[in-house]
Amino acid sequence: MAEIKHAAYICKGCELGSRLDAAALVKVATKDGKMPLVREHDFLCSAEGVAMIKNDIANEGVTHAAICACSRRAKTEAFNFPTVAVSRGNLREGVIWIRPDTDEARETTQEMAEDYVRMACAEVKAMKVPEGNQNTGTSKTLLVVGGGMSGMTAALEAAKTGYKVVLVEKTGALGGMAGQLWKRIPNREPFKAPMDSGVADLVAQIEADASIKVYLNAVIAKTSGAPGRFRVDIAVESGPTVTEDIGAIIQATGFTPYDVNKLGKLGGGQANVVDQLGLEALAKSANGGAIKRADGKDVKSAVFVQCAGQRDTSGEHLSYCSGHCCATSVKQAMYFKDANPDVETVILFTDLRMPGNNEDFYRAAQNKGIVFRKGEVSNVSGGDTCKVQFKDLILDEDTSTDADIVVLATGMVPTTGPDLDQLSEANRAAEGGDTTAKEQVVQMMSKSVLNLDYRQGPDVPQFKHGFNDSHFICFPYETRRTAIYAAGPVRRPMDIAQAQEDATGAAMKAIQAIENAGLGKAAHPRSGDLSFPSVRLEGCTQCKRCTVECPFGAIDEDEKRFPLFNESRCRRCGTCMGACPVRVISFENYSVNTVGAQIKAVDIPDEFSEKPRVLILACENDAYPALDMAGMNRNAYDPFVRIIPVRCLGSVNTIWITDALNSGYDGVMLMGCKHGDQYQCHFVKGSELGRYRMSKVYDTLKGMNLETERLMDLEVAITDVDTLPQKINDYAAKIVEMGMSPFKGL
Amino acid sequence: MSDMNQQMAAKYQGNFLKEIEEQAETGEWVKMCMQCGVCSGSCPTNFHPGWEHPPQEIFMMIRAGKREEVLSSQSMWMCVSCYNCYVRCPRKVPITHIMHGIAEYAYRIGRAPKNQPTLHLSQTFWNNATKTGRVNEVQLTQTLYFKDGIASGIKKAMAMQDVALGLVKAGRLNLMEAIGGGHKCKDIKGIHAMLAKAKELEAQRKGRAA
Repeated sequence: MAEIKHAAYICKGCELGSRLDAAALVKVATKDGKMPLVREHDFLCSAEGVAMIKNDIANEGVTHAAICACSRRAKTEAFNFPTVAVSRGNLREGVIWIRPDTDEARETTQEMAEDYVRMACAEVKAMKVPEGNQNTGTSKTLLVVGGGMSGMTAALEAAKTGYKVVLVEKTGALGGMAGQLWKRIPNREPFKAPMDSGVADLVAQIEADASIKVYLNAVIAKTSGAPGRFRVDIAVESGPTVTEDIGAIIQATGFTPYDVNKLGKLGGGQANVVDQLGLEALAKSANGGAIKRADGKDVKSAVFVQCAGQRDTSGEHLSYCSGHCCATSVKQAMYFKDANPDVETVILFTDLRMPGNNEDFYRAAQNKGIVFRKGEVSNVSGGDTCKVQFKDLILDEDTSTDADIVVLATGMVPTTGPDLDQLSEANRAAEGGDTTAKEQVVQMMSKSVLNLDYRQGPDVPQFKHGFNDSHFICFPYETRRTAIYAAGPVRRPMDIAQAQEDATGAAMKAIQAIENAGLGKAAHPRSGDLSFPSVRLEGCTQCKRCTVECPFGAIDEDEKRFPLFNESRCRRCGTCMGACPVRVISFENYSVNTVGAQIKAVDIPDEFSEKPRVLILACENDAYPALDMAGMNRNAYDPFVRIIPVRCLGSVNTIWITDALNSGYDGVMLMGCKHGDQYQCHFVKGSELGRYRMSKVYDTLKGMNLETERLMDLEVAITDVDTLPQKINDYAAKIVEMGMSPFKGL
Repeated sequence: MSDMNQQMAAKYQGNFLKEIEEQAETGEWVKMCMQCGVCSGSCPTNFHPGWEHPPQEIFMMIRAGKREEVLSSQSMWMCVSCYNCYVRCPRKVPITHIMHGIAEYAYRIGRAPKNQPTLHLSQTFWNNATKTGRVNEVQLTQTLYFKDGIASGIKKAMAMQDVALGLVKAGRLNLMEAIGGGHKCKDIKGIHAMLAKAKELEAQRKGRAA
C-alpha cells in the first residue's frame, strides 16, 4: 500500500482572501492540523487550482486532501478526486457569508475559519477512500408481483427499456381489478364518457413480449438475497416451484374492496345493494345494454352512496378516502344514463372529489342529468324497492329516496402482508410458549406476499392504515427494503391513471437499483455512494442494536449471532453506527472517528474568554443545505457555533455528545428532520431512532451535573432557511445566560 | 291558471327538475350547479327578510323535487338583477336569468306568492308597455303610487312633488300623458301581433296551450 500523505488547500477566492487572514490559516493547518503540505490559492476551483491539486496527487503522492474553501455541497465537480480521501472546510457558506464584514466581527470570524481548517484536517486524517462494495449482484431481471394494471404497466415499461421481467400473478389471468371493470374513468380528452379499460390490450402486449415471463396461479414462496442477487422461489399451483435470479422487485399487489357485509347499516349484504365492483359485474353482463339487477329486473332508478365505510370517524370502518370512488360512481351512473336517459340516477355525497380533468367528467355527468345531492346516508334497506334514508346537508333535513338498486362506494383495502410490528410481537409471545400466538404467527405468515427471509420480517413494513410503506413526501415508491418498490393501490389508494404513473416510476427506480447494485453503489438517497458499513467483530457484544435499528433490514445475524451486513441492501445512513454502544461499526469515510476528531480539533477558549462553543450536528439532507442557503442569503448567525454535517440524525453516536460536553463545549445542538407520521427523514426512521437515543443522553448529563439544556434537539426542514439563524442565535444566547461549561480546560 | 298548474304537475309527475328545465327560461342550467355557494355568498341583498332560500338552495330544492315550496317562494322575486352571482359562478350558470325564469314560470301557472310587490311592479310595467308599445311613465308612476289606495297615493305624490316639478320644467315629464291613452307607437297592431306570435312560439316550444 502506498504511503499516506496529507495535504491542506486554502482557497482565497470568493472574498475569502480579503475577509480572512489566509497566512494565519496556513499556519493553523501546518501547526494544529499537522499537514505536511499546505497550499493557498487565489481561485482553488478554477482549472488552474484543480490542476495544482491533481499535480500534488500525481507527483507529491498526496492521498488525503483537506480542501478549505466552500461548502461540501458546492463545487463538487471541480473537487472530485476519486482516488484520494477528501474533506471540506466550509469557509464560505459556513463562515464569511454568515458573518458581517465589520471590524468587530473580524476576530471571531477568523477564529471560526481557523476551527473549520482544524476540523477539515482532523477529519481527512481519519478518512479512507471507499473501496466500494465488492459483494455486488449481477442479475438484471425485474420481478413484478401482481398482474393488475400497475403490475402489467411496470412489466411493460421495464421490458421496453430492455430489461427482462418476471411477472407473478396469483390468479389464473392477468388484469386484476381493472380486468373486472366494464369501462374505466376517462383519462384523455374530452373526459366526457367512460372509456375502454385497455386491459385486453396490455395483456396482449405482455403475451407478445418475449422478455416478460409470466407465472399465473403463482405466489412467492421465498425471497432471499439482496438487491442485484435476490433468489426468488415461485410456487406455481399444481406445478413445481421455480427459482429465479432477480435484481429488483416491484410489489404491485393492489387492493381488495372493503367487505360490503361489514356495512349492515348501509344495506351491505341485502338484496339489490351492491358495491362498485358488483355493479361492474352487472354492467359487464349487460354488455352495453340496459343494466339489469341480479333478479333480472330492469333498473329505473339507481342511488349511489359515496364514502360507504370510508372516511369513518368512529374507528369502525376505513378512516381514509380512496380517491377514485367519486369518479367511479359518476362513471357507473353514466352506464345507466348512456343506455337509457330516463333512468333516474342520484349520487349522494358529502364531499365530491373529482381531481384534475375529472372536473370535466363531473360536468358531463351533470349534463347527462345525473343528480348530485349532498347528503349523509344514515340507513339503507335492500329488497325489491330499496330505501335510502339520508340527511340533506344543503336543505338541512332528514329525507329518503327509493331506488331499484343501491351502489355503495366502498374503499380500497391494500393487499399487503402481515404488519411487521404485530408479527414480531406475536413471534415473541410464541417463543415464550404461547400456543395461540403460535397459531397467530402461522396465520399471519400465510398472508405474506414476498416471504423475505430477512431478519426484520417477511414483507415490506407498513405505514398508515396497512398500506405498504413508501416515502410519501420525497420518494413515493421507495420502501424501507432496498430494491423493493411499491406501486399502485398497495401503497396508497389511487385510480388507474395514477397507478399506471406509479408503476412507470417504480419500474424506473427498480432499474436504477439494479444498476447501482451491479456497481456496488448505494441506492437512493445517497445514490452512487461507494462506502458501506464494516464491523470490527472482535469488539462486538452481540447486543443486536444495529440489526434492530437498521431502517432498511440490511443487517441479518449469522449462525454465531453476529451482525451480518448485506451491503447491497444498505442505504448508508449510518444508523447502525450511531446505535452501536461499543462503536465497532464504521464507514471508510464516515465513522465515529471522523466526526470525533473534528469535535476534538476545535479550539476551546477558557471559561473567562466570554467565547462559548456550541457544537451543531446537522443532518446533511435538510439542515445542512438550509444552513448553506442561509449563508447564500447572507443571514448572519452566532460565530461561536461549529457545525458538523452528519448523514442522518440516526447516525449520531451518543459518544460524540458526551465527548463534546466533557471537553468543554458549552452546548450541543442537534438538527434533524421531522419524525413520526408526517416524517421528512430521508431514511424514514433515522431521525426518530436518533432522537430516541438522544433522550437517553439527558440522564448522562444529569450524571455529569450539567444542565439538560446543554443538549438541544431542533427539528429542521430544508425550508427553514430564514428562521434557522434566529434559532441558532436564541440557543447561543441561552447558553451565554446559562454560563460557561465547568468542564473547560479539564 | 290553476288548470295549467295541474296540467304541468300531471305532465311531469314529480320530476320537477325536468319541469323547470323545459318550462322555465334557462332552467336547463339548474342541473349544472355544483353547490359551491359562491352565488349565495355574492348576493348583495344579504338575504334580508323575504329571501327564504339563497339561489344555491333553490337549485338543490328543485333537484329534490320540492315543487310547491320553490314555486311559491318569495326568493326569486327578491333578486335585484345585479348579476354578481352570474359573473362569479365557476360553472357559468346564468343564475340571475334562472331566478327570473322560475319567477316567470311560477306566475304563469298561478303559483307565485300573493301581493308580491316585485310581481306587481313587473305586471304593471308589462301591461303599461305592451298596451301602447312604449312605456308611459306618468301612468306607470300613477299606478304604482295609488297601489295602496288614494290617501297613500296622494301622500307619495306630495313627497315627490319637487322632483316632479323639476322634471316638468326641464321638459322631461309631460303631464298631458296622464290624459287618455298617452302617445302610442306608430304600428300598435303590429306590436300586438308580434307579441301574440312570440307567445305562440313559446307555447309551441314548451309544449303547452297558448
